[in-house]
Amino acid sequence: MPDKPRLAREQIAQRAALELTDGAFVNLGWGIPNLIADFLPKGLTIYFHSENGILGMGRRARTGEEDFDLVDAMKVPVTLVPGASFFHQADAHLMTRGGHLDFAVLGGFQVSEKGDLANWKIPGSKGSGGIGGAMDIATGTKNLIVCMEHNAKDGSPKIVKNCTYPLTALECVRTIVTDLAVMDVTKEGVLLREVAPGWTSDEVQALSEAKLIVHGIVPQMKFA
Amino acid sequence: MIRKIVDSLDAAVADIGDGARIMFGGFGGAGFPNNLIQALSRKDVKNITAISNNCGTREGELGIMFKNGQVSHVIASFPGPHANYFQDRYANGEVTCELVPQGILCERLRAAAAGLLGFYTGVGVGTEVASGKEERIIDGQRCILEKPIHADFALIKAHKADELGNLTYRLAARNFNPIMAMAAEKTIVEVDEIVSIGAIEPENVITPAIFVHRIVQAKGLRYAG
Repeated sequence: MPDKPRLAREQIAQRAALELTDGAFVNLGWGIPNLIADFLPKGLTIYFHSENGILGMGRRARTGEEDFDLVDAMKVPVTLVPGASFFHQADAHLMTRGGHLDFAVLGGFQVSEKGDLANWKIPGSKGSGGIGGAMDIATGTKNLIVCMEHNAKDGSPKIVKNCTYPLTALECVRTIVTDLAVMDVTKEGVLLREVAPGWTSDEVQALSEAKLIVHGIVPQMKFA
Repeated sequence: MIRKIVDSLDAAVADIGDGARIMFGGFGGAGFPNNLIQALSRKDVKNITAISNNCGTREGELGIMFKNGQVSHVIASFPGPHANYFQDRYANGEVTCELVPQGILCERLRAAAAGLLGFYTGVGVGTEVASGKEERIIDGQRCILEKPIHADFALIKAHKADELGNLTYRLAARNFNPIMAMAAEKTIVEVDEIVSIGAIEPENVITPAIFVHRIVQAKGLRYAG
């Protein structure tokens, strides 16, 4: 396999941010997705949703301005933007499950060629595991974007024919942004839309288990 | 008028006994009834079923209940990697756990509150969550039957209560608290401040007094949170 540089986590977030549209209501999951808030294109206004009952979450609170009654889903003290609102957890998930959010961006362990997502538990891991909001968000969100590395630490592909990890939801993923590619899940399978700078579609295919659909020469990713 | 205000945390939890099913509000460190949990941890009650989004952070929040070995079963969405006392007892088989997707946990509480016997949802279809549940197809969509979660008590945290039991919440400390207040047989709330009837504008009431049975003022205490 080619030993070429892949995108950093921040670059994955930066590329995924370009998928969002102005004025959208968006939920960001843990990990790479959470970095997206730092890479919004200029002129784009996004209202961030948090499953503990916030719409219009702003930047992280600075030292001295933290209020521990105002935290995001990762317990981090945050701020609000003008126009923000509070509601209880059931309404927060009514928004996710009921399809009211414009986008959600989650991390992933595996995505299948049908768009099945596995992102909550590693087989054989110790402890109880935890689902959190992932299943509601994945099931209900119209435009679900998954940000993840293209391959696991052991090199195994994360774009697979069928998920072997415990499932989060079936046929839910719309777009995948990895350190090698941007892909869309279509009825026909996973379409390779863009490749990372310096990579070819054949190289990305070789690092994927699912067969990627390629139309002609696949363009390189742009970041702005 | 029924007097709902109790003078101490210990009195607020006095009638909670062995085997009780208890909902605990709170999420992400905010809105936990930490003083009521401390009172419960001082009491010799065991075999509790705890219904809560998570299972504490080390000794904090629900953690002390697991440290003491007072909980035998958990219904939770995200027990949490820092819930070490829970995780140890879970690994030893001393606590059993039902994992529920977070929004479905909310709706199962709401079903209990609303007198609904169940509902169908696509959440969990094809996953471990569907195991043992009725599955059917409605309008071409696979879905599973989810049933209500009932409890004897809800221990919750609010910002202000009036003497009747109308409640308001601060910022994102609302989370599960209003839902659990509606779902349990008896709701016990710790608040920062108790105000006179009428001091909360009716249009600002988040939890109406009908759902609240016992109020204790806990601001300034060690676990005021």
